[in-house]
Amino acid sequence: MSLNIIVLAKQVPDTRNVGKDAMKEDGTVNRAALPAIFNPEDLNALEQALRLKDMYPGTKVTLLTMGPARAAEIIREGLYRGADNGVVLSDRAFAGSDTLATSYALSAAIRKIGNYDLIIGGRQAIDGDTAQVGPQVAEKLGLPTVTYAEEIVNADGGHVVVKRRIESGVETVKAPMPLVVTVNGSAADCRPRNAKCLQKFKYAAVPSEAAADEKKKALIEKRQYLSIGEWTAATVEADLAQCGLAGSPTKVKSIENVVFTAKEARKVDNTDEAIDDLIKELFANHTIG
Amino acid sequence: MANFYTDNPNLKSHLQHPLMKKIVELKERNFADADKYDYAPLDFEDAMDSYDKVLEVVGEICGDVIAENAESVDHEGPRVENNRVIYADGTKKNLEACRKAGLMGMAMPRRLGGLNFPITPYIMAADIVSRADAGFENLWGLQDCAETIYEFADEDQKSRFIPRVCEGETMSMDLTEPDAGSDLQSVMLKATQKEDGSWVLNGVKRFITNGDSDIHLVLARSEEGTRDGRGLSMFIYDKRNGGVNVRRIENKMGIKGSPTCELVYKDAPAELCGSRKLGLIKYVMALMNGARLGIAAQSVGLSEAAFREALDYAKDRKQFGKAIIEFPAVAEILSVMKAKLDASRALLYACARFVDIYKIYDDIAKERPLTKEEKLEAKAYSKLADAFTPLAKGMGSEFCNQNTYDCIQIHGGSGFMKDYRCERLYRDARITSIYEGTTQLQVVAAIRHVTTGTYLNFIKEALQAPVSEKHAGVKKMLEDMAAQYETAVAAVIDAKDSAFTDFMARRLVEMAGHTVMGCLLLDEASRSEAFDKSLEVYVNYGKAECAKHADFIANFKLEEMQAYTF
Repeated sequence: MSLNIIVLAKQVPDTRNVGKDAMKEDGTVNRAALPAIFNPEDLNALEQALRLKDMYPGTKVTLLTMGPARAAEIIREGLYRGADNGVVLSDRAFAGSDTLATSYALSAAIRKIGNYDLIIGGRQAIDGDTAQVGPQVAEKLGLPTVTYAEEIVNADGGHVVVKRRIESGVETVKAPMPLVVTVNGSAADCRPRNAKCLQKFKYAAVPSEAAADEKKKALIEKRQYLSIGEWTAATVEADLAQCGLAGSPTKVKSIENVVFTAKEARKVDNTDEAIDDLIKELFANHTIG
Repeated sequence: MANFYTDNPNLKSHLQHPLMKKIVELKERNFADADKYDYAPLDFEDAMDSYDKVLEVVGEICGDVIAENAESVDHEGPRVENNRVIYADGTKKNLEACRKAGLMGMAMPRRLGGLNFPITPYIMAADIVSRADAGFENLWGLQDCAETIYEFADEDQKSRFIPRVCEGETMSMDLTEPDAGSDLQSVMLKATQKEDGSWVLNGVKRFITNGDSDIHLVLARSEEGTRDGRGLSMFIYDKRNGGVNVRRIENKMGIKGSPTCELVYKDAPAELCGSRKLGLIKYVMALMNGARLGIAAQSVGLSEAAFREALDYAKDRKQFGKAIIEFPAVAEILSVMKAKLDASRALLYACARFVDIYKIYDDIAKERPLTKEEKLEAKAYSKLADAFTPLAKGMGSEFCNQNTYDCIQIHGGSGFMKDYRCERLYRDARITSIYEGTTQLQVVAAIRHVTTGTYLNFIKEALQAPVSEKHAGVKKMLEDMAAQYETAVAAVIDAKDSAFTDFMARRLVEMAGHTVMGCLLLDEASRSEAFDKSLEVYVNYGKAECAKHADFIANFKLEEMQAYTF
């Protein structure tokens, strides 16, 4: 038995290595100053897909990402680790998408890919931390969702068995395919790049990347597996009203740079009264609540 | 998020040595695999780019996984349960990462599942792995044994065993016995041929690195009644067949993650590898040369780790109101450490390139007869490889010991505590000058090339290359060292006393080594100014060392040897 798996991935600014110039003066993210990386939990998701591929030979893993052409870099990263092919969903019409518009575009692309058993994504992206896109994609495709997955144990008999991280422990659930699974960061780390895959796919590119390089273009022409899909809104027959800014009810008002200024620790007596005061204070300054 | 390849630009300089063009073109047979394998290079630039990219993966795994696990592996170590070795958890994770990354069987041909990398980038990977964890290098580096199968086993054996190594099964070379260490001619493990022609092994092996491996190369006595090296043959033992148990593992001072096993063979089925009676005199010698190059790489990797630990500490540690690196006494130690590191690394890669060329010619010779020029070239490089291997292993391992010693010295009292990495490096380094032939045995292997002039010819040829203005002074010093070396060699040869030659051999080999390494650094510095400081510091150091030996030899009278006997 083999599966068709689509892995949802996102290229994100590396918010774990934030320097001084990470934010512009107007409060927006200075993407140029942050290296673009494979969203960490999407790598956890890819690992789950690759493990299923190890378990069920013949399984095909397709990576899907939405972003500019340079997001093809994470498709290549996925190919180096064992994915079979990939698609970059790239169109100006998608610019400014919030989670609703993103999930709309992704679900249109997934329909276009078709014939899927399993859609796996990271729980959330480190630049937005919403954790909404996976479940929204499921909703749009009319599929069940399993969130916070730590391990996809098997995919036998039309069902998947998934261990998911919940607050008090680990819950094992069984769900029918096709479905969407979002994977938690506590799942196994993604395997390293493989030397053979790396050498095989290092020239893989989307058409717009290869356009300027005749040698690469000719090679891709000859070796079709090096061609990474580059799809527009038209390719996936998306309704433009639901795409990008037009399709995004979320509007970012402003982004604030919150700097914690307290330098010294404060000691609070271990009495109900003192703790009560502290909690009230934390509510008042919006630290909690 | 560390990368042990990209954070060390000197590695890339060595990888891009001009001789690589020849090596890659020969190794890839003018890129004949390009249409057969989707991961084969299209041309020279493509191949070099692939080595670079794969080494980046090696650097990442080493920085993020292997180095991170090194401490826990050192503490936990492997254990024996029911006659089988169980690796430390960190070791299992390291192996799994290397398997997934496809870093096993790197130098094996593609048709057998390998990457078909030349020895040079493979040795570079070994250098990087050793910096992360020298003990793990042993397990990973034993993929070298596949080379011996590739060179000497029959086609059927190659196709059965080598793909398994490329998939990640580990290997071991079972040579040493309780009474056969440096002297392998005394090996007694008994190989008996049964009536159906198959072989079984009986006896005990000791100090076997990774002795519970999947595929073993075993040196055993196949010729009953013999007592010397000519009665020994090489066998392949497959763990799947059973018959070999691990009696115990040693409790070692260093490289604790690497299990050192005592093995008991009880009617263990095995198959002959190559021809009978050539086990020691041909196959083990080839195996050992490969292994020695591996230990040379291990030594360089450890030297690198020691230098970096010491440098970081010296920059950070403040005494008398300033960082200790600002004191000349400390800065000098660090400079000499770096010079020794760069010198031994230059020697390592020079040696690896020589090995590459002659081995590739050997391999091509299986496909077609070599031309006369090719034969001559193969012979010349084979001789250089033979001369440089003991030098790289001998001097590299001594430098590695010195560097880990100095690393602790820089740390002061803190370095003596278990809290710092330097004490593990110090313990791990100690074995490098012992196993795969002690430094004293490397001298025995190298002295031939002192007396027959291999080193001197190399040095003279190297010094003929024109140098830039800024290197003229260093070149002059190297010429003086060469002249001094020539005089010292002549003095020892003229005495016509073999005991005297043996007595002076270490000094002569070291003089050759210092001069050769100086020449190699000069060559590197001609392409990259990153080597300028090490060149200057090393030649200063080497010249003083050579003068010391020259003085000793010039003033030593044959009869004084009496004082050195017991």
